[in-house]
Formats: sequence, structure tokens, C-alpha cells
Amino acid sequence: MNDALDVALRLLIVFVVFLTFPLIVGQTEHKVMAHMQGRLGPMYAGGFHGWAQLIADGVKFAQKEDVVPAGADRRIFQLAPAVALLPYLLVLLAIPIGPGEGAVGQVLDAGVFFVLAVMGVGVLGSLMAGWASANKFSLLGGLRTAAQLLSYELPMLLAAASVAMAAGTVSLPGIVDAFEWWWLPWQITGALVFFIAGLAELQRPPFDMPVADSEIIFGAYTEYTGLRFALFLLAEYAGIVVLCGLTTVLFLGGWHGPWGADGLGWVWTLLKTAILAFVVIWLRVTYPRLREDQLQKFSWTLLVPLSLAQIALTGIVKVVIS
Amino acid sequence: MTYALATAVTAHPGPSGVPLAAAAHGFLSPTGVEIAFLLVGLLTFGAALVTVTTRQLVHAALWLVVALGGLAVEYLLLTAEFIAWVQVLIYVGSVVVLLLFGLMLTRAPIGRSPDADSGNRWAALAVAVAAAAALVWVVVDAFRTTWIDLDGPAAGSTEVTGASLFQHWVLPFEALSVLLLAALVGAIVLSRKARAEKSSPPVNSRASAGGSPVVPESRNHPSGGHRPTEQEGAR
Repeated sequence: MNDALDVALRLLIVFVVFLTFPLIVGQTEHKVMAHMQGRLGPMYAGGFHGWAQLIADGVKFAQKEDVVPAGADRRIFQLAPAVALLPYLLVLLAIPIGPGEGAVGQVLDAGVFFVLAVMGVGVLGSLMAGWASANKFSLLGGLRTAAQLLSYELPMLLAAASVAMAAGTVSLPGIVDAFEWWWLPWQITGALVFFIAGLAELQRPPFDMPVADSEIIFGAYTEYTGLRFALFLLAEYAGIVVLCGLTTVLFLGGWHGPWGADGLGWVWTLLKTAILAFVVIWLRVTYPRLREDQLQKFSWTLLVPLSLAQIALTGIVKVVIS
Repeated sequence: MTYALATAVTAHPGPSGVPLAAAAHGFLSPTGVEIAFLLVGLLTFGAALVTVTTRQLVHAALWLVVALGGLAVEYLLLTAEFIAWVQVLIYVGSVVVLLLFGLMLTRAPIGRSPDADSGNRWAALAVAVAAAAALVWVVVDAFRTTWIDLDGPAAGSTEVTGASLFQHWVLPFEALSVLLLAALVGAIVLSRKARAEKSSPPVNSRASAGGSPVVPESRNHPSGGHRPTEQEGAR
């Protein structure tokens, strides 16, 4: 009974994190983008600096009619948002925020493979949405999503493999346990490749070709309204949380920090994740969208060779120091 | 093939030193895991059947996701965690996405495809049944009464899998990687040759858009009688 209670509590906590953190990132994005562009952003909802804006948005989305186009493939169209969103919930289960068994939803033996595998499944949601909408813009968006995933999955995997090689384990808590500060310069190339490829997999600017609103009207999500559209947006922000958490855990040493290692490790994890989330937002405001061919070229001619070089470097250093 | 490999990895008794329970097991008092294994197996089989029988191409690809995911769950139930995640990563995450990409690029109508049928269906069925029979025979013959001890340490953890893969199965592993490399090189050679034969049209869209000034030029030579835009496009 106690075990069941433990499992239920962990699931509940992960679920609460899943519901709140993406909203916090979303609200931060509203405000940070606004200030970077010289305006205020939402100011009225909730009173203090528009803190309740996203809740108001949620209420608005819930009130809208849920429209399914007549020509659409009904079941797949309705299933797609869930397929896009649920994988990130599963990934959150495996990300450790502190040392010990108490600070992770579920300790997995092959955690790195689990998170990368499940994140890859989330893209199926966009593909299903793009195809099932019976809309040419949506289909184009789906095509671009698939092409982008295929080219950026490889460098992401290779970068993660490099850090797994360095740690000698594929378990996420194991990798953070093995972390030393000098891994940061050693694995910096892999970290950059992982983060950039992750941005591309999330279709965040400057890699937002699949949802380019000025070209293909939000791509795969053109036909979505109301709550289902909100679920896609939530998936994007949950993806930011997951990507930043993963980069923190794999490359930035998770709960390790200059001080406060005992008991306050989770603060370090959250702090690093928050800083990375800020960088994600910053990049969105700073860079223009890449063109589709530039995007493919960037991955195949730059990120893949860089990640291969990182693996070679990791292997050499590993052999030398052992 | 992968199924047999995974079973070999998880249930190989000798080299990896995996303790296997040899106690008596009754078929009439199945455990919860065995029931779950059977149910997921039935689901996987059903999804696989729908994959090859449905007339809707994209639905077939999505049912394939269900079948491959069901297979991953079976690996998990056999304690082969690493194989399960790799199954999801490679097959669901990459192969099916590639398949869907190909479908969307070519022809993926919503609704039934009237030509999504093959006259070879009986031959295909015979081949499939023969392949399945051979696989089942090999697996059953190799692991007759071996049972995985689910309570002990995981017999298919990443460490055990890696050790048996790179100590006892390293030659097949290397042979397979050479085969895959050959296939990769072959694919690149084939695609490059196909492009060279088409006498390389301008790739950049701006290069072909540069031909638009030709239209006023045709106004100067109306007697030419040709359609300049088409000429320009063919160039």
C-alpha cells in the first residue's frame, strides 16, 4: 500500500510540474519578449503585471467551439494533440532534479534512450495533424516537420551519446552523479549541438519553418481551434521545459553547483533550467527564421560533423584518462 | 530477427551469468506479467493485421506505430529495457516518420486508396507465414523451457545487453554494421547518379525566378511564335 501511495504521489507531483512549468515559461516568454521589443506585454489579467494572462487564455480556448473540418480524417485529427503532448509528460517522469531516488519520478536504467525515444514520438502528433487536416498548408507543415525531425534527430542522439560515453552510463541520475566541472569545456560542443538540435525538434525560432505563420499559416495547426490548439501550444512549452531540463541534466551538471550541494541541489537544477528557458526565448526574439534549405544544410554540414568530432574527442580523452 | 536477438539477449543463460529461474511453471496458473504479455501480444498482432489489410495508406503507417510500440512493451515485459527504448527510438521515431514523410511527399489521400492492393497477396501471405513459422520455430527450439526470473536483477539491463553484444555477439554486430554501411553508400551512389542524368536543373528557386525578365523581351520579338516562359523554364 505504501508503495502504491509513493508511486501515486510521484505521478501527482510530475503531473503538477507538467501543468505549471510550461505556463510559467509561457508567461515568462510573454513578458521577456515584450521587454526585449520595447513594450510591456500583458498587464491587466490578474492585476499584478498580467500574471494570470495564460489562465485567461486557457479559459478563452476552452470556451471556443471545437471545429473539425468536413474533409478531415476525423479520428486522427482529434487524436493528434494528445499524441503531441503526452510524450513530454512521460519524459518529465525520467528527469532527475536532485540527488537520490526521491527527486526523480522514476529511475530508468536506460534513461537517455528513453527520453530521446519518447521525444521523437511527439513529432508524430504534428505529422498526424498535418495530414489529417486536409489542408495544403497543414500538409506542407507536416512535411517540413518530418524533414526537420529526420535531420536533427541524428546530431541530438550523437551529442547525447558523447556525454553517455563520458559518464560510462546511460542512466540520467548516473550521468549527473559522474559529472565533474571540467566536463563543461570538454563537452561544450556536444552541449551546443544538443541544445540547437533540440530547439529544431521543438520547432522553436529560428527553426520554426514548419509553423511559419507568414508562409504556411501555422502549418500543421492551421485547422485547429479551441482546446486542441491550446494543447499543441502547451506541448511546445512543455517541450521547452523538457529540453532545458535535459540539457541541464546531461551537460550542465544538474544539481552540482559551487555551493549548497546538500539538500539544495534541486535549486541548482531549476535555476539552470530557467536560465536555458530564458535563452530559448531570447533566441526567438533575436534571430530571423531560417529558410528550409539553410535549415537542412545547417544540420547535415555543421551539426552532424561537430557532434561526430565531439564523440571522437570524448573517446580520446576517455582513453587517455582511464 | 530483432525479436529473436532480444530474446537471446534476455534469456541467454551461460555467458552473461544471468540467473534464470528453473523452477516449475504451470501453464494453468499464469502470473500477471504473463497475462499482460499475452494481451499486449494479441494487440500487437491485431495492429499488424490491420496495418497490412487497411486500404488507407496513412492509417496503415499509424497502425504500424501501434504494432511497433506493442513490441516495445513486450520487450519491457521481458525486462529488456534497453532494447525496448531503442525499438521506440529507431522504429517509431525514425522509420515511421520517414515512411509518413514519403507518403506525404507522394500520395496520401484522406480516405481509401482504390489501388492500395496487390495481386501478390497470396504469395505475400505465404512468405509471411513461412517467415513467422521459421522465427517461432527457432525461438521455441532455442529457449524451450527457459524462464526469465522477473524478481531478480534485470536480465536485459543496458549493462547486460552491452556486455553480451560486444563480447559474445560482436562478429554478427560488426557484419551487420558493414552491411548497413554498404547500403548507405549504395543509396548515396544511386541518388547521385539519378541527379546527374537529369542534367542538373537549377536548384535554387531564385535562379529560375531570374528568368522572368524574358517576358518583356518576347514583346520585342513577337514573330518568334514560341512561349518564352516555357523555354526559360526548360533551360
